[in-house]
Amino acid sequence: MKILVCISNVPDTTTKITFTNDNTQFNTAGVQYIVNPYDEIALSKAISLCEGGKGTVTVINVGESGTEPTIRKALAIGADEAVRVNAAPRDAYFTAFQIAEYAKANDFDIILTGRESIDYNGAQVAAMVGEFLDIPSISIIKKLDYDANTATIEREIEGGKEIVTVTGKFIASCAEGVAEPKIPNMRGIMSARTKPLQVVDSKEVEQLSKIEKFETPAPRGTVKLVPADDAEKLIDLLHQEAKVI
Amino acid sequence: MSVLVYVEHANGKFKKSVFEAVSYAKAIAEQNNTTLTAISIGSVEEADLKDLGKYGASKVLTVTNDQLKNFVNQAYASVIAEAATKESANIVVLSNSFSGKGLAPRIAVKLKAGFVDGATELPSTEGGKFTVKKTAFSGKAFAITELTSENKVIALNPNAFGVKEAESADTTIETFSPSEKSNDFAAIVKDIIRATDKVSLPDAELVVSAGRGLKGPENWGMIEELADLLGAATACSKPVSDADWRPHSEHVGQTGITVSPNLYIAIGISGAIQHLAGVSSSKVIVVINKDPEAPFFKVADYGIVGDAFEVVPKLIQALKAHKG
Repeated sequence: MKILVCISNVPDTTTKITFTNDNTQFNTAGVQYIVNPYDEIALSKAISLCEGGKGTVTVINVGESGTEPTIRKALAIGADEAVRVNAAPRDAYFTAFQIAEYAKANDFDIILTGRESIDYNGAQVAAMVGEFLDIPSISIIKKLDYDANTATIEREIEGGKEIVTVTGKFIASCAEGVAEPKIPNMRGIMSARTKPLQVVDSKEVEQLSKIEKFETPAPRGTVKLVPADDAEKLIDLLHQEAKVI
Repeated sequence: MSVLVYVEHANGKFKKSVFEAVSYAKAIAEQNNTTLTAISIGSVEEADLKDLGKYGASKVLTVTNDQLKNFVNQAYASVIAEAATKESANIVVLSNSFSGKGLAPRIAVKLKAGFVDGATELPSTEGGKFTVKKTAFSGKAFAITELTSENKVIALNPNAFGVKEAESADTTIETFSPSEKSNDFAAIVKDIIRATDKVSLPDAELVVSAGRGLKGPENWGMIEELADLLGAATACSKPVSDADWRPHSEHVGQTGITVSPNLYIAIGISGAIQHLAGVSSSKVIVVINKDPEAPFFKVADYGIVGDAFEVVPKLIQALKAHKG
């Protein structure tokens, strides 16, 4: 069994987000990068599925050389090999196209991603790759069992869940619950340095979207404090002033 | 050209987020001096389809093929893309729901369309550029995204636009028979499990959320009671779902669900930056915390400094009195 896991290089979750160049670029100064937390869940699931020699896990990242420490982290967690498509990702369409091109040339049984990246939150890549490859895509899954070429998947829906089965190739985007994120151990960290990391060129594809500018949310006014023993006052404010109840 | 909106339903019923998507799509159609067509897949009563006219859909396409009764991501994407082509629609609008997130990217690839997920405002065409504002960095920022392609796909965030009634409610209903692609049915839906008595978190208008300050899962009774009284969905912070006090589906924050309700009540949550990211687009935030230095107070509209175990029961009493 061959599994491909798509990983994104994102700012650490504690990062304060600011922008430069007249708010057109993300300010990377002092930012620590991590494996996108949802992709870590996908990777951890792929590693468990392949445990005991049942298969191999390849991680793929579309990014410039600066993403390699993040890729090495994925290798330390337990991926067998890595591929970096050498390009600055322009948008999800570009990234999905690159991943699909690599997947076409290298036969994978399963492709996993995180439900979304925590920077651009597109949640687009998995379904786009599925479309480029003409295989089923199941977005935002909570559980994945795999047995004899058939996957049984729980997908989140509003107020519940849907059970989906797929036989054959598929791509799924993983949310919390699919696997406990694995933490790299010393042996993993040591072996990550020597695991293969292949760099491939990107392929040309039309650009359909681009980010024009960023904005930060407008600051809220100061908090209006209500005494702890006056719950009626709060209800009154929410009803009369804020008009939300 | 025209605008096409996909109207998803659960057991044949449309939710508020769908009327919101139709209202939003209608406003885009008006910006472009064109008409709006809605497409519904699966069995929905004619009266409910007609209802879409109220929000501006002048035509409703209905697809009732047996094979398409249940949601199949791949097949539904094909049907919607085919309808867009048939209607010469160059803008396709969906709700940014769980199903919408699975469908919209596939439709975008099929139509070679630029795609914005999580739109929070109407598009702007200022200076000849078609731009849409969307949430980014898990609620810590917004990205104004330009769509440079001829075809465009937009997925609208819940509670971002509101439901707006159109001037005319006239609509015609037309059966649409899409071509069938056998390859589209490899994924099979075996079962759908819905907790029907609960308000779903992602599109809830009111949310009651609690954190570690509650001390244990056994203390959630009062949170649920408060939520029930308000008709609100329940949510929690990451440490709470990590400790399995509450299900992951309730975890709000940067690595959980991003919500944008009219009212978010945070009880016993200190307000870590990752949690605040997930709630920053809430219209009104109420914080109840015994620590006056809790960072959550800095982004709150209303606050009570006090022990949750004393404040919440009083709040429940006051709410009962308010409701009479």
